[in-house]
Amino acid sequence: MIVNLAILIPFIIAAFIPFVHKKITRIHIGWIVLFVPLLLFILLASFIPSISDGQTFAYTIPWIPSAGINFTTYLDGLSLIFGLLITGVGALVVVYSIYYLSSKESLTHFYIYLLLFMGAMLGVVLSDNIMILYVFWELTSISSFLLIAFWYHRKRSREGAQKSLLITVAGGFAMLVGFIMMTVMTNTFSVREMIGAAGEVSDHTLFLPALLLILLGAFTKSVQFPFHIWLPDAMEAPTPISAYLHSATMVKAGIYLVARFTPVFGGDTTWFWLVTGIGLLTLFWGAFNAIRQTDLKALLAYSTISQLGMIMSMFGMGSAALHNGYSPDSVVYTQATFAALFHLVNHSTFKGALFMVVGIIDHEVGTRDIRKLSGLITLMPISFTIMAIGSFSMAGLPPFNGFLSKEMFFTAALDTGALSIFSLDTLGATLPVIAWTASVLTFVYCMILVFKTFFGPYREEKLERPAHEPPVGMIVPPAILSFFVIAIFFFPNILGNHLLRPAINGIFPTFAAAGESLGRSISQWHGFNTELYMTIAIVILGTILFLTLRYWAGIYHLFPEKLSFNALYDFSLEQLETRSNSVTKSYMTGFLRDYFVYIFLLFIGLTGGAMIFTGAFDFDISGNAPIATYEWVLVIIMFSAGIAIPFAKSRLTAVLLYGVIGYLVAIFFVLMRAPDLALTQIVIETVTTVLFLVAYYFLPEWGKENTPKRTKVTNLIISLSVGAIFIVVALAVQNGRLFESISSFYENAYELAGGRNIVNTILGDFRALDTMLEVVVLLIAGLGVYAFIKLKYGKGNQNLEDK
Amino acid sequence: MKINDVILHSVTKVAVFIILTLAVYLFFSGHHNPGGGFIGGLILSSAFVLLFLTFDVETVKTAVPVDFKTVAAVGAFTAVATGLGSLFFGQPFLSQAFGYFGLPILGETELATVTLFESGIALVVVGVVVTIILSIGEDV
Repeated sequence: MIVNLAILIPFIIAAFIPFVHKKITRIHIGWIVLFVPLLLFILLASFIPSISDGQTFAYTIPWIPSAGINFTTYLDGLSLIFGLLITGVGALVVVYSIYYLSSKESLTHFYIYLLLFMGAMLGVVLSDNIMILYVFWELTSISSFLLIAFWYHRKRSREGAQKSLLITVAGGFAMLVGFIMMTVMTNTFSVREMIGAAGEVSDHTLFLPALLLILLGAFTKSVQFPFHIWLPDAMEAPTPISAYLHSATMVKAGIYLVARFTPVFGGDTTWFWLVTGIGLLTLFWGAFNAIRQTDLKALLAYSTISQLGMIMSMFGMGSAALHNGYSPDSVVYTQATFAALFHLVNHSTFKGALFMVVGIIDHEVGTRDIRKLSGLITLMPISFTIMAIGSFSMAGLPPFNGFLSKEMFFTAALDTGALSIFSLDTLGATLPVIAWTASVLTFVYCMILVFKTFFGPYREEKLERPAHEPPVGMIVPPAILSFFVIAIFFFPNILGNHLLRPAINGIFPTFAAAGESLGRSISQWHGFNTELYMTIAIVILGTILFLTLRYWAGIYHLFPEKLSFNALYDFSLEQLETRSNSVTKSYMTGFLRDYFVYIFLLFIGLTGGAMIFTGAFDFDISGNAPIATYEWVLVIIMFSAGIAIPFAKSRLTAVLLYGVIGYLVAIFFVLMRAPDLALTQIVIETVTTVLFLVAYYFLPEWGKENTPKRTKVTNLIISLSVGAIFIVVALAVQNGRLFESISSFYENAYELAGGRNIVNTILGDFRALDTMLEVVVLLIAGLGVYAFIKLKYGKGNQNLEDK
Repeated sequence: MKINDVILHSVTKVAVFIILTLAVYLFFSGHHNPGGGFIGGLILSSAFVLLFLTFDVETVKTAVPVDFKTVAAVGAFTAVATGLGSLFFGQPFLSQAFGYFGLPILGETELATVTLFESGIALVVVGVVVTIILSIGEDV
């Protein structure tokens, strides 16, 4: 229950932010927002003791129980790690943002989006029901879109936001289809029950498609190659957002998904190679491209891509342990997953700190171009210290936490490479080689980050403002993160035993059930082994490469911009617009007649086709009630009115004749004892007539139409067939019963809903969801009409897009 | 051209109140008898439409200073929010409840949450119908 509430709290607070902001103008609204992540962090932290004892917490609030969709939360080690990261980094980012954003910015928007994101992200990691998870997943994409476009007057911000939304939401759709396939296979919406049924589904025909689609969702969200292109453009967001969404939390949602579904898909060859292979490719490609960047934030974006690839690949390697089920020998391979979880936490600490320092530099100096920055060390010593700690940790140097997880990464790559399954005996050797090469490149860009920015001569003339240290509030959050970077190095097992161990037990439930103690103690010194030699080689080669960067940077010209994935993205976007434009133009002719033809042809095809298909043509009127004289009279009047319409000389006559038919139908409803229908018909008829009169002004002269004979014949055929089908439907509806009548469902309406009017109990109670959605559709339609008429182009026109 | 429509004015002044009363009556009777939120809302809007036709738009707008777009939005919000209400009692979304209460003057009366839901629907119908007719009518 508390966990369910924890997801909702950010949303509820977000709703109140505008009101609070109006009332309290003297203090920065951020201080009030700060309570939310702080409170939630303390709340989630209070679960650590029980989680590390192996407990898990689940709570269900029924939502649509008949469809199996419930608001179920499930808190275990894995979701706790993510929850703590979301709230912990969230709290620091809020403090940082208070000093980063001036109070002239639209702060309410910023913090509402931020809280929306926080709630959605907590929802993703804490939900057990995949449909709920999916909704929160898309909500993180939407809040990320809003935050990237926070400075929406910039064209690049809008484009970056659009790019991220298109890519992540497209992946999300794929993931939804994958989820539905999972549900079809396992007959449940609950992730836990799917994990329970893991062994039974691997032979199902949908297993592979579901796997691919879910991975597509995870890869787009977690910026894996080739979907990584949106992250560098997302750097247009304010730096607190880049630190929070685009390095520490949101981009790790895909990794969370992979970790969550490892028990289901792990052990499968495709899963292993896709996750490991794409992960390693991303690791390499991100690191390789980071070096060529000149913008500090873009460099960090590529480094995030690369680090996420590294975590992803470790989850892939760890899944190999599930290949042969539980055995004491396969336990050693779960170590890769353990390393992945460990590096996940480490990455959030050092990358968060790095982003914040880059934000400080940008904020104080006015530029983050590496070519302009140099020699800041004397003027910004504290920022330098934090940057150095973060970078050296990322490069994998002691005494920082990145060293520990990097060593474990090498161990995992070496161990997995030596396996004999998944045809690893031939390809296995490539794993440690790629891992090592990418780590050399990582080392190089980490050095660029520190040395190019802070060393060398200080050139103030290239900067917009003279360099100096920022206010304390901007230093404290990254300082706290870099404190963790060092603290985790010296006491890694506190983290390992209390958080990582329960998390890995959740990822390998079959192993945990066999009584195996997963995870391991992390030590700083393993003696002289291959991993250590690899690190030493990285430092030596990396330093050489860094010093000779000038001489080999030319290889980047081998990758022309025209052949990049960005160009492909731009090309497909452009094509999509022009193509859909021409398709739409081909049938939207602007002639009412054409639109009616589409509608009626569809009607004839569908209804007439269905009638032929189901053989509903044979009907029998012998059982019908006899037709009374006054009914004959009414029908004859209706007929004459209908026949007179085409021959009417003025539009007003035609409108009135239509009215005659409408009111006569209402009288028929009265005669047939349907007062509800009669009432509605009369009122609708009246309102429609008024609408007609209002629209009268805009209608053209009522004249003889000079249409070619062929069109007239077509019109005649279409109208005759529509009329004929209507008559047949009306007659056949009495006979051809395809389904049981549903009226028996509502017979006890008075007992169930307390109303004697069954029609209204259906509308307001039994099928209230339909009514609610209809009303919402009506509202949207009304606003649409209003917008079309009031805001049409050419009326006080101004170009809303800026140049 | 000045049209002499004294009769229309006088009749409308009386008729509007009758129509409004009918609308309210139909709205409440909808639980057991013909009527309900949709019809009540439609008749309410036809009363407004009659007003707009008889007197000009500006006069009615000063007499009834409501933005009908807001009315529609408030209605939709009411319909959705009453649905959310049931969640606080541990019931699925949009569950309705009813009960019988002895009230002064009215005697034994049935009160149902569906009335709140229906009021939201009525507001949307009024808001949307009047908004559409006004925006087309004003666009001259």
